[in-house]
Amino acid sequence: MTVVQQPLSPAGRVPALSRLHEWVATTDHKKLGVMYVTAGLLFFMIAGLEASLMRWQLALPNQSIIMPDDFNRLFTMHGTTMVFFVGMPILFGSANFLIPLMIGTRDLAFPRLNAFGFWLFLLGGLLLYFSYFAGQGLQGMGSAPDVGWFAYAPLTERTFSRGHSTDYWILGILLTGIGSAMTAINLVVTILAMRCPGMSLMKMPLLVWILLVDFILVVVALPPLAAAQCMLLFDRSLGAHFFDTQAGGSALLWQNLFWFFGHPEVYILILPAFAFSSEIIPVFSRKVIFGYPLMVAATVAIGIISLGVWVHHMFAVGLSPLVNAIFMGSTMLVGVPTGIKMFNWAATMIGGKIRFHTPMLFCLGFLCQFLLGGLTGIFLATVPFDWAVSDSYFVVGHFHYVLFGGLVFSIFAAIYYWFPKVSGRMLSETLGKWQFWLLMIGFNLTFGPMHVSGMLGMPRRIYTYHTERGWDLWNLLSSIGVLFQIAAVSLFAINIIRSLMKGAKAGDDPWDAWTLEWSTTSPPPPYNFKDIPVVHSRRPLWDLKHPDDPDWKYE
Amino acid sequence: MTRTGSTSEDIAVTTMSTQSGSSTPLMPPPALSQKLKWSNGKIAVVLLIASEIAFFGTLIATYIFYIGRDINPPYPQDVLEVSVAPLKVVFNSIFLLASSIWIVLAVKALAAGKKAAFLFWWGLTILFGLEFLVGTGFEWYGMIVEDGVWMGTNVFGSCFYTLVGFHAFHVTMGLIILTLIWVLAVLGKVPPRQIEKVDLISWYWHFVDGIWIVVFTVVYIIGN
Repeated sequence: MTVVQQPLSPAGRVPALSRLHEWVATTDHKKLGVMYVTAGLLFFMIAGLEASLMRWQLALPNQSIIMPDDFNRLFTMHGTTMVFFVGMPILFGSANFLIPLMIGTRDLAFPRLNAFGFWLFLLGGLLLYFSYFAGQGLQGMGSAPDVGWFAYAPLTERTFSRGHSTDYWILGILLTGIGSAMTAINLVVTILAMRCPGMSLMKMPLLVWILLVDFILVVVALPPLAAAQCMLLFDRSLGAHFFDTQAGGSALLWQNLFWFFGHPEVYILILPAFAFSSEIIPVFSRKVIFGYPLMVAATVAIGIISLGVWVHHMFAVGLSPLVNAIFMGSTMLVGVPTGIKMFNWAATMIGGKIRFHTPMLFCLGFLCQFLLGGLTGIFLATVPFDWAVSDSYFVVGHFHYVLFGGLVFSIFAAIYYWFPKVSGRMLSETLGKWQFWLLMIGFNLTFGPMHVSGMLGMPRRIYTYHTERGWDLWNLLSSIGVLFQIAAVSLFAINIIRSLMKGAKAGDDPWDAWTLEWSTTSPPPPYNFKDIPVVHSRRPLWDLKHPDDPDWKYE
Repeated sequence: MTRTGSTSEDIAVTTMSTQSGSSTPLMPPPALSQKLKWSNGKIAVVLLIASEIAFFGTLIATYIFYIGRDINPPYPQDVLEVSVAPLKVVFNSIFLLASSIWIVLAVKALAAGKKAAFLFWWGLTILFGLEFLVGTGFEWYGMIVEDGVWMGTNVFGSCFYTLVGFHAFHVTMGLIILTLIWVLAVLGKVPPRQIEKVDLISWYWHFVDGIWIVVFTVVYIIGN
C-alpha cells in the first residue's frame, strides 16, 4: 500500500514550518488524536508536579515549604487538571485515533467540527493555567483558583473569592466542556452511521461499544455543568443570587447540580479504562472476550445507573434519611454491572495462554487496583461509614485507586498497546516493565497508607498537621511512594522519546491482534484503508488469518 | 483457541453447503447487516437537541427549585403579566408557535421545488420569530425600567433573566441561521436537493419553540 507523501524539499525533509502548519490546520482524526493525547500527557506531567509538591509539603509534620494559600491552589489545579485536561483529552484522543480505524472508516462524521473541539479544549486548558498570571486581575500578582475542583458555593461567590481566579476556572472548563460535547456528538454519529459493511452493532469491537455509551453520557451530563457554571458566572459578574445564601440562594443547589454532572463524569473517565482492557486482555490471553453481550449490557447499565447516584457525594450534608437510603441503594447497584465486567475479564484470562507483555501487565495492575478501589467504594456507599470518613484521606485513597490505579494504569496499557500503530515503532519492553513495577510499587505506597491516615481522622485538603496525631508514618510513606512514581513516569517519557528516535519497526500487526486497526499499515495512511473493509464477525482479522475456522460461524 | 465438537462441525458443514463454490478466503456469511437509515446530520441534530434539553432542563429545574423561596419582593405575580395584548407574553408566544407552522410549510415548498413559496414561508417564519424577540425586549424593558427588577434584585430576578434570556439567545441564534438560509435562497444557493439540511434547521427551530412551551408553563403559570 502506498502512502501519499508530502512534497519534499531538496534536502529530502518537509520544512519545519510546513510540518507545523500541517498539524495546526489538520482535520485528520489520527493527527487530532495524537494531539489530544500529547496535550493530555503534558497536562498529566503538570498535574503530577502539583501533586508532588503537595506530598513534599505533607511528608513531615509542621513543614512550611508550601503556604496554605498555595496549597489550596495546588489541590484545586491538580484535581481540575486531572479530570478535565488529562482524563477527558485522553478519552477523546484515543477515541479519535481508534474508532474510525476500528469500525473501518476514513474519518469522523464531521472532521472540521472535530478539529474545532480540540482547539476549544486546548484553549480551555491554557485559560485555566493563565489564571496563574492573571487570576487577581491584570494588575499585580495573579494566582490560580483555590476553590477545590468541585468549587463549592458560597466560597465561589464574589464575597469570598475576590479577583478573577474563579472566573478563569469557570471559563476554562466551560469552553472545554462545549468542545467535549461537540466531539462526543461527532463520535456518536460516526459510530452509529459510518461503520463498514457487515459491522452490525453487536459486531463492533467492545471498545467502540463502551465508548459509545461514554459519549452519550458526555452529551447528557456536560450541559448541566455548563448551565450551573453559567449561573455561577452570573452570580459573580451580574450580581445574581443563585448560590448566594445571604440573599435567598442555595449552596445545596450547587452541590446537586455539580454532582449531577460530577458523578456521571467519574464514569465518563473510567469507561475508557474498561474499553482499553476489553481489547487488550483478550489479545494477550489469546481468547475471545468472555460474555460479549453481557459486557455490552453491563456497560449500558452502568451508563444508566450513573445518572442516578450523585447524592452519595453529599451524604454528610444532612439530607433526609430516606434520600440517603435511596442513593445508597442505587450506588450499591453500580457494583453489579461492574462486577459482571470484572468476572468477564477474569473469565477471559482463565484457560488462556497469557502473554505478559507490558500492555497486559498494566491491565492486570488496573484489574487489581480497580477492584480495591471498587471495594472501598462499596464501603463509602454505606451511609454510616461515609459519615465516619467523609472528606478524609480515606476518600482520597479510594478515588485514586479508581482513577489512578484504574484509569491511568489502563491509559499506560493502551499507550503500550497502540503506540506501535500510532508511530510505527515499538516501545521498549524492558523500560516498560521497569516502569510498570516502579509505578505499581509507588502507586500502592502512596495511596495505600492514605486509607489508614484517613481512618485515623486526617482530613483531606489540610496543608500541614501536628505530630501527635499519629499520621506521621503514613504521610511519610505516601510521600516516599511519589519518588517511585516520578521515576516511573520519567522512564515512560524516556521510553517514548527513545522509541521515536530508534525504536524497532513495529510492522502492521505486532501483537497478532484481531480488530481492523491492525489490518492497515503502522502508522496508517491518511485515508486509513485503501479499500473499505467488509467484516463478518467481531474479530475480522482472525477470520482473515484463519479462513478455515472463521469466527462468524459461532457468533 | 480450539473449538471442536459435533455441533460446531454440523454448523460448519451446513454453512459450507450454502456457499456456491466461493474461492475467497473470507466466506461471506448469510447476510450483511442493514445500516442505520438516518444520515449523519440527522443523528447529530438529535444529539444536539438532547444536549440542549439537558442544558435547559437544568435551568428549568433551578427555576422550579426557587419558586416561592424569595425572601424579598418583587414577587413574580407583581411583575409578570399574562395577557393577550399586543407585544405581551401570550401574544408573543402565539407568534413563536405559529412560526413553527410556517417553517413546516416552507420545507414542504422547498421539497416541491417551489422557490417563491419557500422564500415566502421561510421569511414569514423569520418575521414571526423577530416579533417574539421584540416582544421579549419590550417585556424586559418594562420589568427593568418600570418595575426595577434585574438579576441582582432577588432570586426570582436571577432565575427569570437567566432562563428566559437563554431562551431568547437560542431564538436569536435560530434567527441568524434562518436569515442566512433565506439570503442564500434568494441568491439561488438553496436547491431542493439541500432539503435535508434545511429540514434539520427546522428541527432546531421546533426545539426552540417546544422548549418555550415548557418555559412559559413554568415561568408564567406555575411560578406566577
